[in-house]
Amino acid sequence: MGNEVLRIEHLHKEFEGNVILEDISLTVRKGEVIVVIGPSGCGKSTLLRCVNALEDIQGGKILLDDEPVDPSSKAISRMRQKIGMVFQSYDLFPHKTILQNVTLAPEKVQKRKKAEAEREALELLERVNLADRGNDYPRQLSGGQKQRVAIVRALCMHPDILLLDEITAALDPEMVHEVLEVVVSLARSGSTMLIVTHEMGFAKAVADRVIFLDEGRIVEESSAPRDFFAMPGTERARAFLKTFDYE
Amino acid sequence: MEKEVILQYLPLYREALLLTLRIGWQGVFLAFLFGLACALIRHRRVPVLRHVVTVYIEFFRNTPLLVQLFFLYFALPKIGIRMTPEVCGSLGLGLLGGAYMAETFRSGLESVAPIQEESALSLGMTPLQAFWHVILPQAFTASVTGIVANVIFLLKETSVFSVISLMDLMFTAKDLIGMYAKTLECLTLLVVFYLIMLLPVSLLGSYLERRLRYAEYGK
Repeated sequence: MGNEVLRIEHLHKEFEGNVILEDISLTVRKGEVIVVIGPSGCGKSTLLRCVNALEDIQGGKILLDDEPVDPSSKAISRMRQKIGMVFQSYDLFPHKTILQNVTLAPEKVQKRKKAEAEREALELLERVNLADRGNDYPRQLSGGQKQRVAIVRALCMHPDILLLDEITAALDPEMVHEVLEVVVSLARSGSTMLIVTHEMGFAKAVADRVIFLDEGRIVEESSAPRDFFAMPGTERARAFLKTFDYE
Repeated sequence: MEKEVILQYLPLYREALLLTLRIGWQGVFLAFLFGLACALIRHRRVPVLRHVVTVYIEFFRNTPLLVQLFFLYFALPKIGIRMTPEVCGSLGLGLLGGAYMAETFRSGLESVAPIQEESALSLGMTPLQAFWHVILPQAFTASVTGIVANVIFLLKETSVFSVISLMDLMFTAKDLIGMYAKTLECLTLLVVFYLIMLLPVSLLGSYLERRLRYAEYGK
């Protein structure tokens, strides 16, 4: 396929002798939304961190637009500009205002003009209903608002792919919705995303493909998310999905 | 207390203050440089160098400045290293201060969560950009109280400079007392001039602390 954005081939990740990820192969095409689910400790967050070269890998290959993602390479900062990442704990820069949080990387990394970066930042903030909070500091925002800013901060770099690492796991339930709505609208507008989440309803709604990870391996992969959630093909996925039912 | 005596001595004290300030700030500047470099080496756990830094810090924190200055000024020339008293004073103060600043900066660096750096890197910043724009400002805010305390401590330590015949405030006071025995006037002037030098630093420090805290926590 020509419009392949990310290709992971036989990824192997170990940490202090423990195998975290084993023989992971995965392709993400442009405009595709892939949701990775699985029990805690299955390696799904580590997978995202590997894609962004925040973790070194012990085997296999990660290719973004046919270029290797390698933490030890000189080109890694340039590669990371093409990979947006949003973390569970938002991690806005506390000493910068909301607007500065969003424009810092476009100005310093991409050397864009301040006025132009700010204009785009405000446009994007407007899309998540936070244009009026530009001069506030992160501490003055709620968790849901901070997470929306974090998404905007990543988007402002125009990444080829967006990695979302359990972005609602630290939020109060009523704030989960406002954040996931933003992600759903991104998915509709054609953003390429690799998402790790525990929100099964959201996963079902937004995924083009679902990957079920357990003990560092891909146990099941489905291009028909609705079928997968209704009737998973493997016993382990079935047992996992059952933990979300209270009937 | 004789007013004429005070007026007569005032220019001498002013000279001494300027010298003290000049050497003091040179020393503080060096202390910042040494301190930051050492803090980074320890924080990043740079092999070999981190042990050198540990030895440096423990050495300078556990010997008096007086002894360090004696060593720099009287012992080093014996092995062919000669420095002017002024260079000696600045360097001595810088080395001592560096040891203190290193620990202060390190605690500041350690207070910044590692994910702040990851978050900056994930935006495509180089490690240097992440350090400069994201980590250092936060570490500085966290350690500003300690930094101000160190600066005041260092400026006060300049009072031992007289041993290497630098005409600082302390030297001037002792000298004048020795010559004219106007002890009360001389010592009063001494106290006042130290206050003139240090109070602004103290006030600036509190202001800085308040301002940075506002920035961090929101109004």
